[in-house]
Amino acid sequence: MRIALFVTCVNDLVFPGTGRAVVRVLERLGHTVEFPAEQGCCGQMHANSGYRDEALPLVANYVKTFDGYDAIVGPSGSCVAMIRDWYPKLVSGADAVAARTYELSELLVDVLGVTDVGAAFPHRVTYHPTCHGLRMLRLGDRPYRLLRAVRGLELVDLPGAEECCGFGGTFAMKNAGVSGAMLADKCASIVDTGAEYVAAVDNSCLAHIGGGLSRTRVKAKPIHYAEILAS
Amino acid sequence: MTGTGNIVARLPFPVAARKELADTQLRANLRRATHTIRDKRLRVVGEVPDWEELRVAGAAIKDDVLARLPELLERFEAAATAAGATVHWARDAAEACTVVTDLVRRSGATEVVKVKSMATQEIGLNEALEAAGIEAVETDLAELIVQLAGDTPSHILVPAIHYNRTQIRDIFDRNGLLSDRARTDDPPALAEAARRHLRAKFLSAKVGISGANFAVADSGTLVVVESEGNGRMCLTLPETLISVVGIEKIVPTFRDLEVFLQLLPRSSTGERMNPYTSLWTGVTPGDGPQTVHIVLVDNGRTDTLADEVGRQALRCIRCSACLNVCPVYERVGGHAYGSVYPGPIGAILSPQMSGGGANRTLPYASTLCGACFDACPVRINIPEVLVHLRQIGKHPPAERAAMRALSWTMRDRRRYAAALRLARRSAAPVRWLAGDRIRHLPWPLSAWTRFRDAPLPAPESFRDWWTRAHG
Repeated sequence: MRIALFVTCVNDLVFPGTGRAVVRVLERLGHTVEFPAEQGCCGQMHANSGYRDEALPLVANYVKTFDGYDAIVGPSGSCVAMIRDWYPKLVSGADAVAARTYELSELLVDVLGVTDVGAAFPHRVTYHPTCHGLRMLRLGDRPYRLLRAVRGLELVDLPGAEECCGFGGTFAMKNAGVSGAMLADKCASIVDTGAEYVAAVDNSCLAHIGGGLSRTRVKAKPIHYAEILAS
Repeated sequence: MTGTGNIVARLPFPVAARKELADTQLRANLRRATHTIRDKRLRVVGEVPDWEELRVAGAAIKDDVLARLPELLERFEAAATAAGATVHWARDAAEACTVVTDLVRRSGATEVVKVKSMATQEIGLNEALEAAGIEAVETDLAELIVQLAGDTPSHILVPAIHYNRTQIRDIFDRNGLLSDRARTDDPPALAEAARRHLRAKFLSAKVGISGANFAVADSGTLVVVESEGNGRMCLTLPETLISVVGIEKIVPTFRDLEVFLQLLPRSSTGERMNPYTSLWTGVTPGDGPQTVHIVLVDNGRTDTLADEVGRQALRCIRCSACLNVCPVYERVGGHAYGSVYPGPIGAILSPQMSGGGANRTLPYASTLCGACFDACPVRINIPEVLVHLRQIGKHPPAERAAMRALSWTMRDRRRYAAALRLARRSAAPVRWLAGDRIRHLPWPLSAWTRFRDAPLPAPESFRDWWTRAHG
């Protein structure tokens, strides 16, 4: 199977470890990963902020770059939701490539049929499902199943897990006060679990949560779950 | 025609929200109340095996109504008139208030009793009546509390959601509803005080004013759904009844109520069925009000109807389920939205009905988390409409320039790679000085670092690693 990695712009620039982790997990499972260098940003920030015209060339670039792959994996719930839910509405002919774009847990569980990826991570971890993973992609228990299969990992429930962390892209800037109040509650819930790590499918939510945790000097660390699966 | 009245925010949302965020008591009250209703709603919705089918049916009926609204409104007018009611049409809030005020004046009454109604709040009827020397008494308990406090509602269904029982006791006490012995914050005692106060009003009022949850086109029937029985008192005791109804409240046939009377109570109060459902059709000699007026209000609804994406907001049955699940509403309450329609539905309804002004900031008052769409009993895709409104709205020039530049850079491989290199190099000295976490960024990024540290670009981008590792 020809699997292409769509690393996403935030991961490319700020969290390259997440992309490396996806490659490591898939190669360990015996797959070959390709990285088409023409790829850029999915356009989510533009589209969600009301810049449809500015998003369209980015959408077109994605469709052109990834056409022809059997599966495209993106380690970001919100970028994959943008591609799957919005692309077919934005440009004609995007349906096929959008339907073959998977969030990592979907690729592993649904396409490759794996829940145990052979990882070991002896730590106490809590999981924040993220809004797009939860309500747009409906990832359900897939990430939990993958994490539960990790050796040594103690998965603890996050109180109010389904509540938004307050990131929301440009919302964090335009309504910084409300976003900060939501973040404070999310951080308090994470502290309540006593976890060493808070995992999620999206580094943008994690950058927001991690920024809040670091500001309040909480020891819990944000981690993309791909990095746990690659350990 | 553009809507007017209490749907126009005076302050931009971020400014209004700042004040509400500072009120920790308000936030605690809201959190407790919304979570209680939220859990109740989830429980009773879970009992209905065909909930999804009901939602789809509700949306389909409303979409059909919106597709042939003029025809159905005319049918409603004909049926209501034939049953003995008088139908009036109002283009905006001011016109609706004038119609109602004139009708009350002609009746000679100086006091009217009111059933809680979003439409009358929307048009600012209480203020208009007061200006005409007519006292309007709200008879819904929570609405009465808000009225006695000299406040405005903070929630569609639970107008006094922002008060706790001690605050309510003080409001009643200030207004002389409590005797000295009864200065308690026991809810049954407070309810009893309100009941005594209202009973006298019900028995003396010559005019009742209501809204309607639904208006049946075929029969000219109006429907009010409530929990306290005060509505039924208002609808049956006075000689004259004036009902103010938004034009989108139409359902085609009596049978369609079957769907909505299941969707509404479970979504709004988390009850299987509301205690009182009143239906009235025109005038019945010797029974109930002998003069019935119906004021059909547009107030920006036809403007909203003209927008293909945004019109789904008119499916709204005012259940407030979206408010109760909204993380933004939970932090700031209803007042920050500056309109009688707060929360997610308000963020799409108010800007569409009233156009422009401070309402332009409302489509951004959301993280697009999607909880509202999941909760909506008529499947209004609120996130979709929010994004649509952001698209057709005006953008700040600096933001637009930045978005264009980003789009231009990211659509081309070489430009994109060069930008990544530039960002990485600029970050290097910062990392050397400050480490991995940045505590202060210059404006406009300071909005980020007010509440959270910022991450830095990694020392090596993913694509550079890939080239190095895979050649």
